Amino acid sequence: MATPIPKRLPPPLFSARCRACWLVLGVFALVLASFLSLDLRLAAFASGESLASMGRFLREFFPPDLSPAFPRRVAEGAWETLAMSALGTVLAAIAGVGMALPASRLQGAARGSARLLLNALRSVPELVWAAMLLISAGLGPFAGTLALAIHTSGVLGRLFAEALENAPPGPGAALRAQGAGTARVFLYATLPQVLPQLMSYILYRWENNIRAATVLGVVGAGGLGQLLMFHMGLFQMDKTATVLGAMLVLVAVVDAASFGLRRWLTR
Amino acid sequence: MPLSAAAAAPARRDPAWLGRLGLIAAALVLLWPLFVATEFKPWLLLEPDTLRVTGRFVGGFFPPALNGDFLLMLVRETWRTVAIATAGITLALLLAVPLTLAATRALSISALTGRMAALPYVVRQAVRGLLILLRSMPELVWALVFVRVVGLGPASGVLAIALTYGGMLGKVYAEILESGDAQVTQALLRNGASRLQAFAYGLLPQNAAELTSYTVYRWECAIRSSVVLGFVGAGGLGQQMDSSLKMFAGGEVATMLLVFVLLVAAADRLSAALRRALG
Repeated sequence: MATPIPKRLPPPLFSARCRACWLVLGVFALVLASFLSLDLRLAAFASGESLASMGRFLREFFPPDLSPAFPRRVAEGAWETLAMSALGTVLAAIAGVGMALPASRLQGAARGSARLLLNALRSVPELVWAAMLLISAGLGPFAGTLALAIHTSGVLGRLFAEALENAPPGPGAALRAQGAGTARVFLYATLPQVLPQLMSYILYRWENNIRAATVLGVVGAGGLGQLLMFHMGLFQMDKTATVLGAMLVLVAVVDAASFGLRRWLTR
Repeated sequence: MPLSAAAAAPARRDPAWLGRLGLIAAALVLLWPLFVATEFKPWLLLEPDTLRVTGRFVGGFFPPALNGDFLLMLVRETWRTVAIATAGITLALLLAVPLTLAATRALSISALTGRMAALPYVVRQAVRGLLILLRSMPELVWALVFVRVVGLGPASGVLAIALTYGGMLGKVYAEILESGDAQVTQALLRNGASRLQAFAYGLLPQNAAELTSYTVYRWECAIRSSVVLGFVGAGGLGQQMDSSLKMFAGGEVATMLLVFVLLVAAADRLSAALRRALG
């Protein structure tokens, strides 16, 4: 006779020993508290009147302004945005390597303070850096480029430091045994090993930065965002629609370019 | 002896130096138009006028503003920032989950017999297109639009996060669901399970850890964006930062920068701990 399969009760929905239950409970509490504490009036959004005004607003976007003069200005703005994102990323890559070296190679207090600096640069968003830099650099794309470079150097510096720490030490040790100095060991052994990884991080940040660069203009830091703010402020919705279209195209183009470059690099 | 020593001494010069120099020169030539387009003039930062203004602003950082009322306000605004991010992510999930279910190829019944039928294919591509469209518009732009339509306040921030992050979550969820082993799901579907059953008993248990971990990571990103959304009037820390910057109140700016750093670090820690606990 086969032993009967013992009937088991399903586990209780909640038990005080289950950590996941407490976590889920905590998440629910957080969500509930968020909705209750914010004065959202989401019901007002769904009302017919507000939906109608939304529809009217969206209809004003069409048709986008495509008269010959305006797209040229948008193209200039797009080029400025592209230049801000690319130059900001390049500068950040250089500064990132510069800060990743002390953060990964040194010991003790120097290492700790380098990491602290990287974390501080990284935790202040680009837009906040841009708003602060406007005071010294004035309105325009220069402030935006610097803001992108500063924030991104924090992000890249941290990623680079991790990559440098994880690089296999063999080739460097071999060079050092031959009497090569620290700089040469870095340039000819460590850097070539981690370069593909660094390039892929740089491209990933470039994709991020093109998105950030399109909106930096909102605080006056140049590029497409500034055009957007200007025309939206004047309620010229047809021109706003053209700028929004240009933003979407620009982001898509950079994503495709970065994807292509990455494929070409890892071939 | 000197002869053999000379032979043993390695070449001191990099044999590829000419090529490297050429690459650097080419990079500089390519970068030049970028410097022009971004009006990159760092020396302007060092002009006496600019230095005086910058000096006064940065000098105002010390001491940071620490009086009771201001700190109380900061705590309230920090909570609002976190709340906007949390509410936004919750709404984003409500948007992303149905779209993911509609977009996932792994839940296609017609694809079991080879090629997916024409109509489901078109629907899936359309949903995917919608997700990409939602995702490519920066949340700040959505917030600007919503502020115009519904007025200032946290609702525009929450909706902006909901739309952008709904697109991001939906796209990545669909990718995660399709990346795994499809056999269990296919076996369920072949034996007559409905698509929702196949999802709940096949796909979800396989990918639950990865899905949760990505969601928590996005929540952390949403906190960072909700700081920024305040700059266009969606409430929270960003809005206070904007007004303090406009008043050149260096002390308040310094305190808020410290709060940013602490908030991001805390979200980072919490998110890492949650992902470890769930993963």
